Formats: sequence, C-alpha cells, structure tokens
Amino acid sequence: MHRIVIKKQLSQDVFQFDIEAPLIAAERLPGQFIILQTSDNAERIPLTIADADISAGTITIVFQAVGKSTHLLAAMNEGNHIPHLLGPLGTPTHIDQFGSVVCVGGGIGVAPLHPIAKGMKKAGNQVTIIMGARTRDLIIMEDEMRSIADEMIICTDDGSYGRKALVTEPLKEICSQDHKPNLVVAIGPPIMMKFCAETTRPFGVKTIVSLNTIMIDGTGMCGGCRVTVGGKTRFVCVDGPEFDGHLVDFDNMMKRLGAYREVEAQAHHQCHLDLGIKPTT
Amino acid sequence: MNALREKARQTLDELDARTEPLKPKDRMAIEPQEMPAQEPRVRASNFKEVTLGYSEEQARLEAMRCLQCKNAPCISGCPVQINIPKFISQIVSKDYEGAVQTIKLTNILPSICGRVCPQEIQCQAPCTLGKALKDAGKSVSIGRLERFVADFERAKGIKQQSVKPETGKRVAVIGSGPAGLTVAADVRREGHSVVIFEAFHKPGGVMIYGIPEFRLPKAIVQAEIDTLRAMGVEIRTDYVIGRTRKLMDLLDKDGFDAVFVGTGAGLPKFMHIEGENLIGVFSANEYLTRINLMKAYDPQSDTPIMKSRKVAVLGGGNVAMDAARCALRLGADEVHLVYRRTETEMPARAEERHHAKEEGVVFHLLENAKRIIGNEYGCVTGMECLRYELGEPDDSGRRRPVPIKGSEFIMELDTVVVAIGNDSNPLIKRTTPEIETNKTNNILTDADGKTSVDRVYAGGDIVLGAATVILAMGQGRRAAASINKMLAASLDASPAAPEQHDI
Repeated sequence: MHRIVIKKQLSQDVFQFDIEAPLIAAERLPGQFIILQTSDNAERIPLTIADADISAGTITIVFQAVGKSTHLLAAMNEGNHIPHLLGPLGTPTHIDQFGSVVCVGGGIGVAPLHPIAKGMKKAGNQVTIIMGARTRDLIIMEDEMRSIADEMIICTDDGSYGRKALVTEPLKEICSQDHKPNLVVAIGPPIMMKFCAETTRPFGVKTIVSLNTIMIDGTGMCGGCRVTVGGKTRFVCVDGPEFDGHLVDFDNMMKRLGAYREVEAQAHHQCHLDLGIKPTT
Repeated sequence: MNALREKARQTLDELDARTEPLKPKDRMAIEPQEMPAQEPRVRASNFKEVTLGYSEEQARLEAMRCLQCKNAPCISGCPVQINIPKFISQIVSKDYEGAVQTIKLTNILPSICGRVCPQEIQCQAPCTLGKALKDAGKSVSIGRLERFVADFERAKGIKQQSVKPETGKRVAVIGSGPAGLTVAADVRREGHSVVIFEAFHKPGGVMIYGIPEFRLPKAIVQAEIDTLRAMGVEIRTDYVIGRTRKLMDLLDKDGFDAVFVGTGAGLPKFMHIEGENLIGVFSANEYLTRINLMKAYDPQSDTPIMKSRKVAVLGGGNVAMDAARCALRLGADEVHLVYRRTETEMPARAEERHHAKEEGVVFHLLENAKRIIGNEYGCVTGMECLRYELGEPDDSGRRRPVPIKGSEFIMELDTVVVAIGNDSNPLIKRTTPEIETNKTNNILTDADGKTSVDRVYAGGDIVLGAATVILAMGQGRRAAASINKMLAASLDASPAAPEQHDI
C-alpha cells in the first residue's frame, strides 16, 4: 500500500500526488513510469514519474482527470493509500552531454519532462525550455522548470500568458539559428509531439518523444501498447516510452489511443453521476 | 450429468458385489467414463467451468479400469513422475485423501494439472489399457481422476503441507506462475524461507491472466496459492524484478541465498503483415489479459474490451482456442479460427478443439491472413486471406503449408486476435546483463536448471519458450531440487544460526 503524502491541485483538472514508494523512488531514472490501480477492479493507469525524493521515499506523479479511472484517482486524498503501484517501468531517458538541448512540454507533459530537463542540465547541457498550454491556468510546474532552464519560453494558445503561439513557433526559430540545438525532447499531447517532430525534421535535429499509449501489464507481456516506429512494431512499455519522433507513426498511434473512446465516455458519464459531479460533456 | 452418474452407480454396484477380484479382462470391459459438461449452447454464453468433473461413482469406475501394470508407463509419461497407479488404486478403495497426498509428493497443483495438462500426449499416451484397446482415447482418464481427488480435497479444506524446521536460508522466486509456485513449495518444504515476487497485482501468472475461467476457475488457483501462503511462503505483488529491484541486488544486498527466475512468456509475436496495428487487432495476450485478469466481461470491472461482432483468431494452439471461445462468450456473432495447416498439425489439445467446435467456433484450415483491412478511422473491417496446401515436411516434421497462388479472398471482420506465440520476456535479460541467453532471449540453464550466474536458477517458459503448465512445473521441480541441494551443502559447510533479514 502506498500512502498519498501530498495532494496538490495544479489547475482545474490537474493534480499532483506525492506517494510513498521508497523502492521506486530509489530506483527510478528520468523517463520512467509507474502503473497504478485505485482498487482491484480498477483499470491499470500508466503515469510518468515527475520527480522523486529518495530520503522521503516518495515519488511525484501529475495527472489530469479525464476519464473514470483518473477521476477516481483525483477523488483520493492525503492519507489515503493507493493499493497497487508498480514501477519504475520503461527504459530510462538517454542522458548525456549533447551540448544544447531544447525541452518542449505541452500541458501536463511538463511533468514527465521535468526530471529529463533536470538530468540534461546536470549532465552539463545548455537547456532551453519551451512550455505551452491552452491558457495561463493550465501552465504547471513553472517555478520548478524555471530553476532548471538556461532559457525559458512560455506560450499559450490564447495569449493569456507568455507568447501567444503554439510551441512549434519558438521551436522552429531556435532550429533556424546558426547554432542548431543538438537534441530536442518533446513531451505532451500526441498531436503536439507529432508537430514538434515535423518542425525539427527539415533541420535534421534529433527529436525524442515520450509516448503514453494504452497498456495493461506494462512489463512486456500484452502488446497492447505497440506503436509503429520506423516501419517496425515496437512496445512502448519495454522498448520505450521514448522513441525517435521522426520515426513514430503518430497518426496510427492517435487512432489506437481512441480505441475505447465510446466506452470511456460512457464510463466517465456514469462516474460523474456516481461521484456527484455535474457532467461536463 | 445425473444419467452418467446413475449409469456408473449401477455398474459399480455390480462390480462391488462380486466376490472374486477383477481380472484384466473385466477391467477392460468397463466403459470409459465420459466427462459431464455444460451444454455447448448454454456454456458458449457464460464464463462458468465447461467440464463439471466426475461424480464419486464415475471416478471409482474409471479408476477400476486401470490394469495396475507393473511397468507403469504412465509414470514415465508424466513430467513430474506422479505415482499414478498408486493414487488410482487409492481411489478404487475410496481413500481419496491418500490419493491426493500421493499426487502431492511430486505435484503441488493437482486441481490445476487435472484440468489443463495435455494428458493425451503425456501420461495417457503410453497407457497399457489404451494400447490393449487399440485406442489411445480409451486410456484411463488419469487427468480427470487427478482432478476428482483434488476437488474432493479442496471441498473438505486443503491439508497443509508439512514444512521442515527453519534453516535460515532465503530463496527469492521471480514470477508466480506454475514454475515459480512449484519452486516455492519444494524449497519451502525443506525449511528455507521463500519470497515470491510478482509483477501483477494478483499472483498466479498465466493461470490467472491467460487461461480462462471456463477452463480453470480462478478460485481454484487462489486456493492453491492460499495453501502456499499457509506454508509460510511470502508473496509480494506489484513488484517487478529488474525494475523495482535488480536481480543481483536480491543476492548481493537483500540477503537471498538463491534466486529462481520464472518470468514466463513475454512479448507477443505478430505476423508482420499490413494492418496489424489497426484498432481491433489484439495479441492473444492482451485479449485474454483484459478478460481473465482484468475481468473485462464483469460490469464491476473498469477495464474495457471491444464489443465484437465478427472475430478471427489466427493460430492453432491452446491459446488460440481460449481466445476464440472467450470471443463467443463476450457475445460475438461469428468467431472464425484461421490456421494455415490442417487440424492434424494443430498444437491445441483435442479436447479444446472439440469444445471450441461444439460451441460454434468455425475452423478455417489451410488458410492464412495476408493483410488486415481497415477503414478511415483505423478500425478493422476485414482481412484478406490466402488458401494453402500441404507440401514437403519442414524442420518441425510437419508438412509445410504452401500458399495457393491467386486464392485470395476477403473475410469481413471487426476484430482479429493474433495467437501465434510469444517471444521471451526481455526484462530480466536487459536489466541483468550477466545472465546468458540464447538468440531468442531464452535464459540458458544446465540440466539442473542453473544459469550462468552463481546461485541463480531458471525454468518455465523463460527457458523453454512457450510451453505448458506441467512442463513449467517439471522445470520448477528440477531447479528446486538443485537449489535445495546447494543450500543443504552450504548448511553442512557452515551450520550458522538462522539470521533475520529485513528488506
């Protein structure tokens, strides 16, 4: 059992939990994820680890309440115990001294990006951070990211904070400079990662993306998380979650992510009724 | 079911009333006892167990068929060498408790093996009775008898296995499938403490996530696991060795004296054909895990499964049969099993093939998928297939299926389940570079189940590639014997006081 030590609401539907998991806190490396269940009958939810505190024995996760399972998670409070938590899973990020690294985070993608940016900075890279969200309220972990960044660019779709732009705009400008970045790491909604990869492709700047597909076991058994990368089938849980963004078939991945949309919408609606929340959709 | 029981009772009364002992001729004359089962039409829409088990009368009558031959070829056909004639004679004399204990000397999971072992190619294949009757199908139904006594015991409460005094030695078992559970029991019996590490939230491995409820009720697996816990075996779920803790740390830092790796089958194989990543294409592992482990068919469970109308399952093994029969039970209108050879070459057990057909699975033999077709939403709408004919024998000795040119045709579908096997799980290999594996990532062991790393043993599918529950158990027994031998030797060398470790 894993106690929720701290619960913070970062924006309307976005929550941060610090959870007791000393073994995972000690072993985890940037880029890795956990799978949790709020009960024996609950779905297995994969979530990337945003941070860890080895001395406190806790890991930090950030998630958005979008469907039934994440709403049930969001309904848990400090002191509650998460019955099932497995990890750290996935291949850690390859962190090295690349030179200059641009870290692009969209929405709650900033959370999994955080340990990677921190690792890149520690490895001696010049780190530029681009953070984007629909609107100002959805910008998360700004202070944490600012403390890492050599250069920080914030964009919002509606211009309520920072530049009124999509993250691909500043990314393109940076790639157009004489000194192109050596590496781009982009984490966020699939559509954002797809367009970040499209932006950097003509400049030949290697771009790593972190995929969060539907998965069950997360340990290389079920194959539900498979994606097409460079024309080959790869498994996000063991081969990933990070892949070369220029090789990922995003269109196929986005379609597969929608496989259970109808069932999910129904369960979500029922969940709102059960939790006494007014349905938003 | 009652008719079968009544008939058996009558015959049994006649035989019991006889004063002279039964002669082989009399035994051979007893009719093989049919296994009662749910009606095919009824069972195809529920997840309850298909076969219902022998009544006491049927079991005793079937047991009387055994010729009790001296050479007992059945024992050598059994991967764990159960003393089969002995437990069968105990059934005849109504000593069911004794029969279970005879089995449990070498097999801790009789209620599971009695259900899922391929007895027809193991203990029942060389049966003298079957040979005498010139029909292997008429061999003594050893598996059904094993199931009968195991169910008898479970109904009364499983007797705890005796455990020798604590030795202070500690063994880590990675994976709680058939290999891991067998090792845990055999090692624990010798007084060593055992911790099983399981990645899933429930122990049981393939017996929980893979084999469906209607073939192996989960309550039975749970009862067997409870027996192990009662022996003092500790099980840590949600714990994946290689990630939560490195394998070598178990030995170097956590005070374990030996490790057994039983991590099982891994990454599902795909055909590498067009359309394989469309929505509606599943590996059998995913399909079965959603259904069996995550209980997707139960409204109480949050894990969804696609509502399919027309399903094709690719493959001819037991897993393919399980997937096809699950699809029927989830309400599919049509379930097609597509296999590129003929039924003779199918690896699935005869009983599973028979049950699948009875329930309405349509067999497409000498056919195979060429590509899977989807619509603009990326969902499966059909599959292009090719017809095959059998050519010359291949490496496996089976005649090689050769595609017939121009025989393409389209099957309209919304779901495809790929059940063509697994590659081995890559986690231990990737996180334990010290351990030697072969080209297909299976862990290499010597004849005693020992790996290239000192004090590390392995067995089951991670060594064999995809196999059966009983073969995994056989490997577990062998590894457990060498672990016990190694620990006994180290105890003799330094009879230190038992030490307590906390991790």
